[in-house]
Amino acid sequence: MQGTRRNRLTGLAYVTPALAFVLVFTAYPLGRMIWMSLHEWSLIAEPHFIGLDNFRQAFSDRQFWTSFLFTLKYTVLITPVLIVGGYLLALLTAPASRMRAFTRTVIFVPVVIGLGVSSLLWYWLFSTDFGVINRILLDLGVIDQPVLWLGVDAGTSNFAISTSVVWKVIGFGMILFVGAIQAIPTEITEASLVDGAGYWQRISRVVLPLTMRTVLLVTLVSVIGSLLAFDQFYIMTAGQPQNETATSVFFVYLNSFPYLKLGYGAALSLILAVTILAFTVVQLVLTRRSES
Amino acid sequence: MTATLERAPVRAVPRPARTGRTGYLVAAGCIAISTVMLLPLVYSALASIKPTAEAAATPPTYLPHGVSLDSYRRLWDYQEGLLTYLGNSFGTAVLTIVLTLLLTVPAAYGLARFPVPGRELIFLVLLLALIVPYQALLTPMFLMFARIGLTNSLIGLAVLHTTIQLPFSLYILRNTFAAVPREIEEAAVMDGAGSLQILRRVFLPPTVPAVVTVTLFAFITSWNEFLGALVMMSSSAKFTLPVILATARTETSLGGTDWGMLQAGVTISIIPCVLVYLLLQRYYMAGLMSGAVK
Repeated sequence: MQGTRRNRLTGLAYVTPALAFVLVFTAYPLGRMIWMSLHEWSLIAEPHFIGLDNFRQAFSDRQFWTSFLFTLKYTVLITPVLIVGGYLLALLTAPASRMRAFTRTVIFVPVVIGLGVSSLLWYWLFSTDFGVINRILLDLGVIDQPVLWLGVDAGTSNFAISTSVVWKVIGFGMILFVGAIQAIPTEITEASLVDGAGYWQRISRVVLPLTMRTVLLVTLVSVIGSLLAFDQFYIMTAGQPQNETATSVFFVYLNSFPYLKLGYGAALSLILAVTILAFTVVQLVLTRRSES
Repeated sequence: MTATLERAPVRAVPRPARTGRTGYLVAAGCIAISTVMLLPLVYSALASIKPTAEAAATPPTYLPHGVSLDSYRRLWDYQEGLLTYLGNSFGTAVLTIVLTLLLTVPAAYGLARFPVPGRELIFLVLLLALIVPYQALLTPMFLMFARIGLTNSLIGLAVLHTTIQLPFSLYILRNTFAAVPREIEEAAVMDGAGSLQILRRVFLPPTVPAVVTVTLFAFITSWNEFLGALVMMSSSAKFTLPVILATARTETSLGGTDWGMLQAGVTISIIPCVLVYLLLQRYYMAGLMSGAVK
């Protein structure tokens, strides 16, 4: 189609509703968030400008650091399990066979259910007196006392919640790895077979390097997802003990909604958004570089 | 990309020599992993049909000793009633799907097929939500929604879910529209068809799979989303399924947690997602793969 004025206007007409929607419901709140972060803002009193005080308060707020470090700990704990585990599952299920395809489908099922709902399921499985996990461990003689998995010790809670999230999302990385592994041209793998390389040699020298871009992508998607964790902690520990398991998003939620410190909540949101943005930029740079 | 996942015998994948032992190991591994993945879901479904007393037993029984629908009955009558919450969840999901399609189909068409001034810039603005996580925008959005009456409203929640889903949909649809051959479009222009007619007759048929993918992802996002629904809905009559269940984990009529009812709720929430995934697996994978190659 030629670039006539009529065509330009028609095209613009098609784009306008979506553009208006994004400007009103994403761009405007973004600007508003920055504006609010510079104010003391509650629903009761008139907002008043306080400059960067909210940010100063955040960086000297103990709970800010507790939340940030706990979120980081969770991310560092879960990411390697998701990537290495997901990759091993992909190696197991990528070759064409009915059983492997079936296994792939099964592993992916928890990915499509809600994180909130899966957290409710695991909240019950990990329950001290009513959960089957303690029952199994007691029956096997692994423990003599029911373990208090959730909300009593931050480390134990982190472990239990990570277990549930691994179950829930490991299929996501796996499916993308399967796609990447299957996209490797046949000639390349045949050539390495002729060279007489063993299975793991072929994986580490041929398959892994050729799927590195996907590994990086999944790593960053997982890291960003973990840094934004909320549902699983809200449901399984409610931040207990003493908000030690309240993640960064949880801390934003607490300040903005139950406490109604909206200016402070906005400042915390902005810090969160900038942190995530930094990871997104790293992701883009890394994937671009591995492309060339 | 999808094709490789579902069809085509794939020889590209390095496979250990077909010795008997490796074959058995792979089979054992597949069965063990499938069991571990399915067990929590099966176990939850089984717990939901235990009789009331057994569902509250400590330590829990491994398999139900009796079968009863009591947990489902209690869930049916819980607070505003299960139908209200199912209705809220479905209503929000349907509104999200409609809104997403109404906005992104025309926008993708416009961006892929017309010389829109500032096209790249507009595309970037439309993808803004990709770089700003919605979790960070909830505070200002809540204030804004409160002012225009969109809190405590299914429409408001659907608007929020649409902002989350919009970049993905636009991205997929734009690529699909761009891939339709020019000749067909030009033939339609020769016949004097208007742009809307061309969209309907020429572009929609070949883009149906992408529209299905977008619909599917919008449904799953909206049905499962938790934080936004928790923040935006303040009256229990407007809660979506995950929010009311999260509330029910601590406060129920039985005094303590009603574990049987909770697992009935979990089972009901899971069924639509798993069903849709199994029926439309091809479209689901197509979406994942094209999202990943961005």
